[in-house]
Amino acid sequence: MSFNRRRYFTQRIAKVLIWTAAVSTIGVMALILIQILGEGLPVLRLHFFLESPRSMGREGGIFSTIVGTAALTLVALAFATPLGVGTAVFLREYTRESRISRMIRFGTDCLAGVPSIIFGLFGFVFFVIYLNMGWSILAGGLTLATMILPTIISTAEEAIKVIPYSYREVSYSLGGTKWQTVTRAILPNALPGIFTGIILSVGRSIGETAAVILTAGSSLMMPTSVFSPIRTMSVHFYILAREGISMEMAYGTGAAIILLVLFINVVANWLLNRYIRRRL
Amino acid sequence: MPQDRKIVIRDFSFFYHSETALRNISLTIRGNEIFSVFGPARSGKTTFLKSINRLTDLIFGTSHTGTILLDGTDIYDPKANLNHLRRRVGMVFDLPTPLPMTVFENVAYGPRLSGVNQKKSLAETVEKSLRAAVLWDEVKDRLHTSALRLSGGQQQRLCIARILALEPEVLMLDEPCSGLDPVSTAKIEETLTELKKQYTIILVPHNIQQASRVADRAAFFLNGELIEEGPVFQIFTRPKEKQTEDYATGKFG
Repeated sequence: MSFNRRRYFTQRIAKVLIWTAAVSTIGVMALILIQILGEGLPVLRLHFFLESPRSMGREGGIFSTIVGTAALTLVALAFATPLGVGTAVFLREYTRESRISRMIRFGTDCLAGVPSIIFGLFGFVFFVIYLNMGWSILAGGLTLATMILPTIISTAEEAIKVIPYSYREVSYSLGGTKWQTVTRAILPNALPGIFTGIILSVGRSIGETAAVILTAGSSLMMPTSVFSPIRTMSVHFYILAREGISMEMAYGTGAAIILLVLFINVVANWLLNRYIRRRL
Repeated sequence: MPQDRKIVIRDFSFFYHSETALRNISLTIRGNEIFSVFGPARSGKTTFLKSINRLTDLIFGTSHTGTILLDGTDIYDPKANLNHLRRRVGMVFDLPTPLPMTVFENVAYGPRLSGVNQKKSLAETVEKSLRAAVLWDEVKDRLHTSALRLSGGQQQRLCIARILALEPEVLMLDEPCSGLDPVSTAKIEETLTELKKQYTIILVPHNIQQASRVADRAAFFLNGELIEEGPVFQIFTRPKEKQTEDYATGKFG
């Protein structure tokens, strides 16, 4: 075979392989969506969202689990966002590359690779039992916060890292203090990146089951405070399916989770684009 | 303070780790003059500017010997207020560096840092500064669009306006026309001549012609050393040192 013909065939094969990769990615996603939404969408009526579960979830809706999911995610973000962004700012603006910064980075990288059940066990022993929080939104939220912290730190650090040195130089040369420079020249420009990390974390928090069951419980009661135990939508789905309570309701919950995540992503993207467009 | 001794530099040397960037510089810069610092790349011009407003402090591992006096006060005094110093000695960089915000916000950035927040006084400062930088007429209708949409020359004048909003005493410009076309360059030079009436200007020109067009006095730097200083006409027509002459006539550089 001549060199040119071989090149031509390599080209053809590469094209086919790359197309296969792309199409199968979309295909897998489509299959999941068709399966879950196909079975679940018929269950989604307004009362399914607005009523709390009855008789273990066999009847009624999923309202209390939606509230639980939202509360748990918000508590996790409330703790993890300031801590994570603060750590990232420390690493990039308040310290040079040193043993301490390398230790922090190594620590977060390790944390990022730890399975969620380990975080659950830690949360159960430390927050639920030792700090006596019981199964609660607070204990679960704190556990999820430790779990998503590495993601928030590394995405925020990455976002701060790519900000041109000139922004800092300009801010300092106009008489800015370090804090003014961080809050006015750096963080506003790092916000899109930080936001991406937060959205990833929201996704993980909503989808988490193992760590949540161990720390926030699986109560179907409507929560009244951060000390109430709750059941998130994902845990609800898991219990409905695992214990064979109602596959119909399980699919309904699954479909609701998918729509919720989709909704959050669409809104987040819209907000982000609006923010970026205003600055350029 | 006598205006003919605005900035006095005595035996000033500057080091990055063990590398010497400036060696025993002694210079006096007068008030209301355009003082031009020129020389080939890596001759220490930028370091010289950045040590006058202590932007070099941002870099780790630097040190200096000697003194720099601004109106008779040592700027490296441990008790010196760094943010105050930088407001008095403004700097414009070689490439336009607008922040990704509106034209208005860019100019208001400095005053806001020092606590000015009233809308009316900010608006007045912004207009005054943009007028002083000869940019007002071009941007008055787009104050609230992003500064990144301005042309390169407009962005650089915006950076000058941003400094002027702080009402500094000294204006340092590091090759402010290096990325600009001749028309924008002419506009900036015109602006500088206008600004001289109120400010002391230290200019690193992007070529020798620029120094001879706008500067009153000039200093020639080579490898971190001050070779020669004096009135511009003397430096360029009757230099005392052979190196200055060689550089000015294009034999090297």
